[in-house]
Amino acid sequence: MTFLSDKALGRLHGSEAPDLSGTRFTLCELIARGGMGAVYVAEDEKLSRRVALKVLDTLDANGDLTARLTREARILAQLEHPGIVPVHDVGALPDGRVYYTMKLVRGCRLDKHVAQLDSLPQRLRLFLRVCDAVAFAHARGVVHRDLKPANIMIGSFGEVLVMDWGLAKIWGEREVTVGEKIFISSPKAEPENPSTESTVITGRGTVMGTPGYMSPEQARGDTQEIDLRSDIFSLGTLLTFIAAGGVQGKSPALPRALLAISVKATAENPSARYANVSQLAGDLSLYLDGLPVSVYSENFFERFGRFFKRHQAAILLITAYLIMRVLVLFFFHR
Amino acid sequence: MTAAGESFPLTRLSVLAAARSQDGAERARALDTLFGVYWKPVYKYIRLKFSQSPQDTQDLTQGFFAELLERGLLSRFDPAKSRLRTYLRLCVDSFVLNEMKAASRRKRGGKIMQIALDFSAAEDELCTQAINPASIASLESLENFFEKEWIRSLFSSAVDELRGDCEAQAKQKAFQLFEAYDLSEENVSYAELAVSFSLSLTEVNNRLAWARRQFRRIALHRLRALCDSEEEFAREARTLFGISTK
Repeated sequence: MTFLSDKALGRLHGSEAPDLSGTRFTLCELIARGGMGAVYVAEDEKLSRRVALKVLDTLDANGDLTARLTREARILAQLEHPGIVPVHDVGALPDGRVYYTMKLVRGCRLDKHVAQLDSLPQRLRLFLRVCDAVAFAHARGVVHRDLKPANIMIGSFGEVLVMDWGLAKIWGEREVTVGEKIFISSPKAEPENPSTESTVITGRGTVMGTPGYMSPEQARGDTQEIDLRSDIFSLGTLLTFIAAGGVQGKSPALPRALLAISVKATAENPSARYANVSQLAGDLSLYLDGLPVSVYSENFFERFGRFFKRHQAAILLITAYLIMRVLVLFFFHR
Repeated sequence: MTAAGESFPLTRLSVLAAARSQDGAERARALDTLFGVYWKPVYKYIRLKFSQSPQDTQDLTQGFFAELLERGLLSRFDPAKSRLRTYLRLCVDSFVLNEMKAASRRKRGGKIMQIALDFSAAEDELCTQAINPASIASLESLENFFEKEWIRSLFSSAVDELRGDCEAQAKQKAFQLFEAYDLSEENVSYAELAVSFSLSLTEVNNRLAWARRQFRRIALHRLRALCDSEEEFAREARTLFGISTK
């Protein structure tokens, strides 16, 4: 049997870890692995703080992956919003691999968080904050293209952050492709993989997104069709997931108005969906306020039920008052 | 006893579950694997902790594994209470102390299973490591020593398997790069490797990444078989490949 020295053991312990010598960062631990690269916790020696460091797994011969990672960092740098994780720095390792650092978010993923929230309005308000961040990105001309529970983090102070903009697209920009390669990250393939869902990226921009959350035009690989309405589709599926309390594949018995919002957002035809995120968020806010939503025509009973629910306290008070008046009149006129 | 790398059972059962199996062949293979990974750590541990001569340590090592089988010690292991290697280390302590107290050490190797262990290799490794017993006198240091030797044993067998895989797939160059960069005592850069192997920097990086991934896969596969539950596996995988936090 080969004898391994202590030095070799040390190297093999971190056999997947990038060499950060020559940078201002010290590697701490692996926190996530995706199709393109891995994310580590690293210590910024100059500022004495911990950051998340995303680095490519391998050097790519034609530079496509490098271009994609650099582009992702640049897109993030343009999106200064409380709901989007801020990027700090971009650089290259001694072996040529590109990396970027961003804020280290301590907290838990949306799918784990929503399972702990019992109230539907609480979960929907969380969803609205995701909509805020996505709407901001859309206003800057950026489509996320991979919105799913695993890419949304809830920070320690309840902040909602949309992560992983690796598949993001800027309108009007030429698509960066990754040759003919197919990258699949799946927890079943590697048990130590912290990721829980699959992201499929294929060459020539054919299919980008996550099955179950990507829009039909993404699934078809129709990159010309992909715009902000593709994100609206993903938000629609996310809405169903959140409304179900974080149980994937479960068809929740949603209130009809809420179901109509979800159906509108996930329409097969992009033109049949909400035109922008603000409209979707607006309808959801109306629903939360007990007001009629634009995509659902209520019958009389539903309208009355909603009216009763919204003004429940006042209706009960008035009813009690009227009953008292009737009783008083009845006893005095006997 | 064959080298652990050759006898590793590709079974869905963990080694521990297989060791408790009613199927004799399955049980023998499992024990073979278990001994393959643990005999060197046990030998070195006894040598250092109890300051025994090489000959006495050989007898004690053989005796310990024989006792493990005779008394069915593996069936008493409870993964909820401790890790397997901690349990085995405590069993070694108890066994050696009893043997020393009774002063009735005897060879037991041939009774149930013939365990042919290459003790000279373990002794050579101890000489190479040039360990000063005084430096690991404390209990904690001895625990760390045992753990480190267990990892060394597991990684060594994974490296051997990787070498075989590379030869079978005609990827010897990837293994040579892995050996030169990750296993060697010398510090070489990717650029130096690229020159000496007449490859581009990208090729060096990609081949090394492939070899490391394969090594990791093999080591984790072996580790999985040695663990009794998914929780234990996740914990041990983190110990093996997790990067130390400050």
